[in-house]
Amino acid sequence: MALLEVNALKKHYPIHGGLFGAQTATVYAVDGVSFTVSAGETLSVVGESGCGKSTVGRAILRLTDPTDGEVFLDGQRIDQLSPGKMRQVRRRIQVVFQDPFSSLNPRQRVRDVLAEPIRNFGLAKGSELDDRVAALMDKVRLPRDAMKRFPHEFSGGQRQRIGIARALAPGSDLIICDEAVSALDVSVKAQIINLLSDLQDELGLALLFISHDLAIVEHLTHRVAVMYLGKIVELADRRSLFSNPRHPYTRALLSAVPVPDPLAKRDRIILKGDVPSPIDPPKGCRFHTRCPYVFDRCRVDEPLLLEKSPGQKAACHLDELPELHAVPI
Amino acid sequence: MSITYNGTGGVAADLPDVLPPVKKRGRVLTFIRRNPTLSAGGILLGLIVFMAIAAPILGTVDPTAIAPARRTRVPSALYWFGTDMLGRDVYSRTLYGARVSLIVGFAVAFLSSIIGMLIGVCAGYIRLVDTIIMRVMDGLMSIPSILLAIALMALTRGSVQNVVIAITVAEIPRVTRLVRGVVLSLREQPYVEAAVASGTRTPAVIFKHILPNTLAPIMVQATFICASAMITEAILSFIGAGTPPIIPSWGNIMAEGRALWQVKGYIVFFPAVFLSLTVLAVNLLGDGLRDMLDPRLAKRL
Repeated sequence: MALLEVNALKKHYPIHGGLFGAQTATVYAVDGVSFTVSAGETLSVVGESGCGKSTVGRAILRLTDPTDGEVFLDGQRIDQLSPGKMRQVRRRIQVVFQDPFSSLNPRQRVRDVLAEPIRNFGLAKGSELDDRVAALMDKVRLPRDAMKRFPHEFSGGQRQRIGIARALAPGSDLIICDEAVSALDVSVKAQIINLLSDLQDELGLALLFISHDLAIVEHLTHRVAVMYLGKIVELADRRSLFSNPRHPYTRALLSAVPVPDPLAKRDRIILKGDVPSPIDPPKGCRFHTRCPYVFDRCRVDEPLLLEKSPGQKAACHLDELPELHAVPI
Repeated sequence: MSITYNGTGGVAADLPDVLPPVKKRGRVLTFIRRNPTLSAGGILLGLIVFMAIAAPILGTVDPTAIAPARRTRVPSALYWFGTDMLGRDVYSRTLYGARVSLIVGFAVAFLSSIIGMLIGVCAGYIRLVDTIIMRVMDGLMSIPSILLAIALMALTRGSVQNVVIAITVAEIPRVTRLVRGVVLSLREQPYVEAAVASGTRTPAVIFKHILPNTLAPIMVQATFICASAMITEAILSFIGAGTPPIIPSWGNIMAEGRALWQVKGYIVFFPAVFLSLTVLAVNLLGDGLRDMLDPRLAKRL
């Protein structure tokens, strides 16, 4: 059984306007997303800004209440728990945020940052608590005497390590990394990625890795979910997705990944236009306004996320994408 | 012929002082140099507070002692600030009047900050309460605070305590608005969400993560409230709606000197100067505090 199961998760934001604040429109931020994460596995959720990937993470964490759908942790349904019961579940699901500067309280010492989740769940106190905090510092490879310092005394990468240590503190099983390395320098990014995958091997953590950076994702993920306008368009294991994408959007995203060789010949797929507004998503396939292979059926009939080959699901009416050189740019 | 060695040929001459010598300043001097506004306000306010506390030993007489024989004397070596129309020593009255102004200023600043902070946190954190509280506060703010204070004083007996309450009620909405705004932006901060996600209970989130970060703007706002409360107290006393006439407050002294201000201007002049200096000191302190705590606050306050 999967550690985390997300079933048809939806998050809609009402827009109020007019004289009496009546609801005038709805933002379909996340519109029916389903996936599973097994213990010890990394699932990456990728997509461009505004596709709803962060909202998925926040809805699972109940930082925002999902509009519809189901979330199961180890078979227990957690999306409708009362705040008190949800608090108990939070011990197992933790989060690492994007901005290492605003994700730590400027007035708390590192020791207190790390001790807070342990105290919240009554896991340790006194000298045992000190030992646990020290062990966390070791795990994220920060010197133990840094515990007495305030967050502003650290660099971005070090702060992110503190953020990771906080997420590990209550002995969590699943960590949601919401763009956890996007704000860091390339070299620091690599360190944090390595740290995360080491921790995963060591502790058997499951990671839900939310990112817009496919190059980073390729390094640490087992499976990838590609989101577009609030829906998953492709869900596949890493190898199939990177070698043989089945959705035109995935292919366009992959072609945008920078390659370190300046002379490499590449077929870039430039998508035309902007992402449509999630207030009024296109009928039929949501990608049809920008898809190079669009045909009549795409405009009326919404494709389902179906298995195209073992371990690879895509929401596209095409069974095979045309050869890449045939793509009009 | 012998070679003489004068002993200096191989040694380079002393280097000229390229860099000016490092001046060593004490901590206090460095602080004053970096925060001139704060220091000026602090020192001035310190002097006034000292003056108010030490009034009995600064050559004053009983500020309420009436002596009709020596009324309306001009300032002299004997009566530094002159005497009023009842023969009371204006110097003594002004020094004792500082006590009333400072007590009212600090008490109003303290009370309205505490109460405003509690209401503001509730409004910022509980959506349902927010609408109700903020409409009430909007209502209170739509009445000019001086009129509100006059109305409240009209309902009660004139005393320092009632003046403090009346001005506090008028100032609470400002603090509430400020705190609510800060809380609304703080609760979206990732570290607050991280605290929620790591199982921190709501009261702990408020007291550990939100309140400590609202203190800086509240402290700055408190100094401005302190200054405006002193002025409001003087206005209330001046129009006879504040402290009872028997208490020497700056507003009372000025109100009593008003009838004679064209012939005996000093009766109004001295308390007015002290009031202005005190308000200036508190405002300088607030400006300096704001710059020291957070330069970005300048736009918000």
